[in-house]
Amino acid sequence: MKYLDEFRDPELAASLVESIHRRSTRQIRIMEFCGTHTVSIFKHGIRQLLPPTIEMLSGPGCPICVTANTDLDWAIALASQPNLIITTFGDMLRVPGSRSSLERAKAEGADIRIVYSTLDALQIARDNPERPVVFLGIGFETTAPTVAVSILQAREERIENYNVLSLHKLTPPATKAVLDSGESLLDGIIGPGHVTTVIGSRAWEFLPQEYGISCVIAGFEPLDVLQGIYTLVERVENSEPRVDNLYARSVRREGNQTALDYVNMVFEPNAADWRGMGTIPASGLRLRAEFRRFDARENYKVDPGPTEEPPGCLCGDVIRGAATPPDCPLYREACTPHNPVGPCMVSSEGTCAAYYMYAGEGL
Amino acid sequence: MDRILLAHGSGGQLSHDLIRDLFLPHFPAPTLAKLDDAAVVQPLASAATGAQPNISRASRLAFTTDSYVVKPLFFNGGDIGRLAVCGTVNDLAMVGATPLYLSAGFVIEEGLEMETLRRVVASMKASAEEAGVEVVAGDTKVVERGGADRLFINTAGLGAVPPGIEISASNAQPGDLVILSGAIGDHGLAVLSEREGLAFKSQLASDAAPLNHLVSAMLEVSPEIHVLRDPTRGGLATTLNEIARQSQAAIAIEESRIPVHEDVRAACEMLGYDPLYVANEGKLVAMVAPHAAEAVLQAMHGDPYGKEATIIGEVMAQPVGKVLLRTGIGGTRIVDMLAGEMLPRIC
Repeated sequence: MKYLDEFRDPELAASLVESIHRRSTRQIRIMEFCGTHTVSIFKHGIRQLLPPTIEMLSGPGCPICVTANTDLDWAIALASQPNLIITTFGDMLRVPGSRSSLERAKAEGADIRIVYSTLDALQIARDNPERPVVFLGIGFETTAPTVAVSILQAREERIENYNVLSLHKLTPPATKAVLDSGESLLDGIIGPGHVTTVIGSRAWEFLPQEYGISCVIAGFEPLDVLQGIYTLVERVENSEPRVDNLYARSVRREGNQTALDYVNMVFEPNAADWRGMGTIPASGLRLRAEFRRFDARENYKVDPGPTEEPPGCLCGDVIRGAATPPDCPLYREACTPHNPVGPCMVSSEGTCAAYYMYAGEGL
Repeated sequence: MDRILLAHGSGGQLSHDLIRDLFLPHFPAPTLAKLDDAAVVQPLASAATGAQPNISRASRLAFTTDSYVVKPLFFNGGDIGRLAVCGTVNDLAMVGATPLYLSAGFVIEEGLEMETLRRVVASMKASAEEAGVEVVAGDTKVVERGGADRLFINTAGLGAVPPGIEISASNAQPGDLVILSGAIGDHGLAVLSEREGLAFKSQLASDAAPLNHLVSAMLEVSPEIHVLRDPTRGGLATTLNEIARQSQAAIAIEESRIPVHEDVRAACEMLGYDPLYVANEGKLVAMVAPHAAEAVLQAMHGDPYGKEATIIGEVMAQPVGKVLLRTGIGGTRIVDMLAGEMLPRIC
């Protein structure tokens, strides 16, 4: 397929792998921030092609996984409000909260509908003017612009029954939190390609400047990832930390200004709860005052009950790269994609699910 | 508009009219026309029907049933009627049986347009003729509005397994080559692309097809076909996992050898699906003794549903119960069963 096969060329891949082996002498740790990278690395079997000098860690870049149980419980409690329709991306459905999940709430009668776009959610609101419709705003800087546009559209069309529960999160503050925790000493980061398309590669310049760590912005095909790893090896070997944009077919230094403008028009940064990382200042997005009437948090008072974490679950540590899935006592035993305990096993982009699905035992 | 009424399921005059005017013209088997409570069919030895070869007296019976609830009822490349015939015919074919007879049970929601039912039944007739099976028994139930989603169909099938044929998912042997009959993912994406809420238009067409003639062509050239399976729900990945587990063997496949049509690949990339897990309704995977593989492959290429057949891997002794995939760039990974529903990515 055009524009994909070029990035999966076996010969080019082999030559990149060979270059990495030749160039890598120092022991280094690389974190891929984004869940889509994690899946790509596993799906194409990239880890086994790397020399033992390179250790790959998976980061917090799975939006489902980083959603805190407090927020999840709130959404589940909201779903049980009579007459209300919840619209959500499908991944959220099976994530277990403290006591239930959206999937279970749905089975118990809640009207929860999977949508593929905020425009679908808006259409459901148009079609059901007498019922409140809430869209669960999950995701990083990538999904936030489309949610912002849906709210502007709702305002313009006076679709007053449309609400958003904004659980959006920002990636640079999360990266800082991972680094500040000091748990995983990283030499390089593969930055999130989709997120960076929106926020621009300049958003990562703090990594070399403040932390002395290199960052590559890479696409998601195997050659993209291998090229990213090779570049990070090169930077570490030469001790010259910097940001390299290798995803120039999508990413510019200044990002997508239109998307950023929409986000800024509708949202403002606020503190957000992250699974495994606690509350991080200015790491989330909430609706600005003039859009509060679309804010589900403002419009509904629900009691989600006390928050509980599943005993033994290491999702919080896995998200920070402080543990790998096999470190978790539940992994593969009590927790599988068929019967997940923590969110990292539910989401198709979760680190535990990627380990389980693609790596097997001892691979 | 002419619609299904609750009375069509009452057993009275309307039921009779429905059977006489709508079903019987499409399913002309004399056995069915008798409208007895059960079909009394010929002994296997003389059961040759239509295009079927003579059935040996030593044949064993194969019997299967499946229910069809696909939504929407009609989609590009097929409909619930074609699925109901092909699915059951294929289940019989996958144990090496020659399909002979089908039953068809219809659960119809009150209010269904008569024309819709007529189209579905006509499609069943065409598919049954293509497969060379007769519908010899049937049932109709009408449920109140909301009691079913428009139309559900159950079919059961009876077939004859010739002597010497031992095909089972537990029969894969290390060294066997894995043959796939064609490109994967067509059916699942064709249905998905018509579902409400997914805003993309495409030319994707379901591959729904009866595979029994393909299987007879394969068996004609070699009895050393150890496993046959049609990778329907859960896709090729799930089917291969089932075979690996049941056969206590490992299966290694090559990503670059698995045919996937260009539009299916594109749609999968866009939606975040893996074609390995997408449903098929007209494909089979076979584990064949290595020395017989080439002949079987040639025979498959001569059948319209096997033109793209290709060897995609082999059966190994270890690691037991696992499916390994060699990726396009030379890495290796595990291919597991599908967990839950496949969902599109959100970032």
